[in-house]
Amino acid sequence: MQPILIATAAVAIIGLLIGLLLVTVGKKFKVETDPREAAVREALPGNNCGGCGYAGCDAMAAAIVSGQAPVNGCPVGGSAVAEKIARIMDVETVAAEKKAAFVKCSGDCEHAAAKSHYVGIEDCASALASGLSSKSCDYGCLGFGSCANVCGFGAICVVDGLARIDRSKCVACGKCVAVCPRHLIELVPKSAAFAVRCSNKDRGPAVKKVCSAGCIGCKLCEKQCENEAISVENNISHINYEKCAGCGKCAEKCPVKAIYLTFP
Amino acid sequence: MKLKTFRGGVHPEGHKELSKSLPVEAYLPKGDLIFPTNQHIGKPARPVVKKGDKVLAGQLLAEADGFVSANIICSCSGTVKAVEERHTISGSRATCVIVENDGQFTLASGVGKERREGTFSNKDILDAIKAAGIVGLGGAGFPTHVKLTSKNPEAIDYIIANGSECEPYITCDDVLMQRENRAIVEGLKLVLRLFPNAQGIIAIENNKPEAIQAMEAVCAGEKQVYVQQVLAKYPEGGERNLISVVTGRDLKFGQLPADVGCIVCNVSTLYAIYCAVYHSEPLMERYFTVSGDAIVHPRTMSVCIGTSCEELIHAAGGIKDGCTAKKVLCGGPMMGIAMSSLNVPISKNNNALTVLAEDPVEQAQTQMTACIRCGRCAHVCPIHLVPQMMAEAAQHGDLERYEQKLYGLDCIACGSCTYVCPAKRPLMQLFKQTKAAIMASKRK
Repeated sequence: MQPILIATAAVAIIGLLIGLLLVTVGKKFKVETDPREAAVREALPGNNCGGCGYAGCDAMAAAIVSGQAPVNGCPVGGSAVAEKIARIMDVETVAAEKKAAFVKCSGDCEHAAAKSHYVGIEDCASALASGLSSKSCDYGCLGFGSCANVCGFGAICVVDGLARIDRSKCVACGKCVAVCPRHLIELVPKSAAFAVRCSNKDRGPAVKKVCSAGCIGCKLCEKQCENEAISVENNISHINYEKCAGCGKCAEKCPVKAIYLTFP
Repeated sequence: MKLKTFRGGVHPEGHKELSKSLPVEAYLPKGDLIFPTNQHIGKPARPVVKKGDKVLAGQLLAEADGFVSANIICSCSGTVKAVEERHTISGSRATCVIVENDGQFTLASGVGKERREGTFSNKDILDAIKAAGIVGLGGAGFPTHVKLTSKNPEAIDYIIANGSECEPYITCDDVLMQRENRAIVEGLKLVLRLFPNAQGIIAIENNKPEAIQAMEAVCAGEKQVYVQQVLAKYPEGGERNLISVVTGRDLKFGQLPADVGCIVCNVSTLYAIYCAVYHSEPLMERYFTVSGDAIVHPRTMSVCIGTSCEELIHAAGGIKDGCTAKKVLCGGPMMGIAMSSLNVPISKNNNALTVLAEDPVEQAQTQMTACIRCGRCAHVCPIHLVPQMMAEAAQHGDLERYEQKLYGLDCIACGSCTYVCPAKRPLMQLFKQTKAAIMASKRK
């Protein structure tokens, strides 16, 4: 009987000592956390998409509370989340404009001239590095779907060798923008009605050779616009969405029909 | 006698008999010549001619911009058609000088002027190499005058002439050694003059008996230079492997050949040095192999730099009837770059075109499975890396592990791992890409 009692007592004393140690350490090294941080974290969508530029929603919540990130910094949550966070943080906010990704290329298999047959790792960056691509255009979509692979919201699919974005599903996290080796994806306001679907910076005749739907830099759109919202720089047209009224005159006049937002 | 070799490596089928026996012809281009300004490692050269200028063969088209850069020399006579961006062999664009060829090949003044031994100093040798625009002709394209400019020339013990052309199909160095054996030895002796304590070794694989015989014949009376036979194996001609085979010295991570007292030069580079110093001939031509199972008359030719690949394939008889060229490679099948267009010029450091009727990569891709961890890739890696683990790190985007723990930057992209992989995984492509990504992030 006695050895059992000794063992029980020993274990009890050790347990008590460790408990005391844990309590002291816990008190001494306590990390002060802002209670608002948990509340902000609760308000964030929790996708951990990284679209805000921070490593997930926890990091974003900490950044908002410490004042490093704006309260409307979450591109996914939009105005609803921004308002909630503003209430927690007790500040005024204007909801950031909702955006969606847009691929600045319309060179699908029908329009873009074929070049070579690439075999190897199925990834846009790999294909680009190999120098082989299915299309002749040096600026256009490679069509191996690296953007579709990183999209956590199922908003991108590759149709006919061209990445297409479902703008209703897109939350503008910006992952596709970062991964595209040809930098073709831009975040365009959801309110926008038109966008230039080309990125080729070559001059007109060279563009014509590689794609029938490419911007030839003719400046007709620039002349049409009453708000000076569209301009041609480096042989490529681009819309300034702050000025664009969405009248559509540029799109109507474009000889190659390269100005449209969504596929028909 | 057991021949020296290294641990690892593979034995791909050579196919060298296709292009090595025919007599060598000089092919004179008929079409326009294109001279990219980035035919070397380092800063692209700066064009010194403009549209409409008349140029002669041997004239400077673009001059070295900085120390690690090289001159670009015109290899025909004619008129400059344009200085603009064009596609090059790698598929990317570069500034190129396009010369409309008048078919006369009139030499510029001073080109071909003989220089006798004893009339020039060591500095004259380096200046001649620099002016001639010579770069490593084995493939790397590192400017030769930079390689041979050493802070401590006494520390170099061996100059190794690389005649171990291990890549299948390619025979340009083999043919060069048979025909220009004396010039190569003279070129090697010129380099030896720059390094007082060095010995010259000509390393040739034992599958080139004619070349060994030819080189041994001229080395017979030489004190400083001798021929070393090595076992034919891929990649015996890799710089690191060759040094370890010939001298027994191993390069550690990040070391350069000069750190172990060695300098490796390709035999074609030595030949170019000989021509530049003794005959004042800048680098205009080189030996070039056009081979492969889809070519009518595979052969090795002496060609002008800047000739379009299309013309060269035509010069080799074109593509066989009833055969489609599924794959055209610049270089050999192991390390060559797949080309998307034939309308691109050859550069100084290109040594072959291989035209294949079947695309082995396409066949492999249909049979690709998951890695079975057999370890054959590690067994054949000539650098003694572990490709299987490197691939895992690369796929997970763990660049730190790839670089620090697995020494992935030491990969020479020889493709031995991909060649033996029973799961047909595209290892070499992955490594090349990962290496490029790490180098790009370091430059930032």
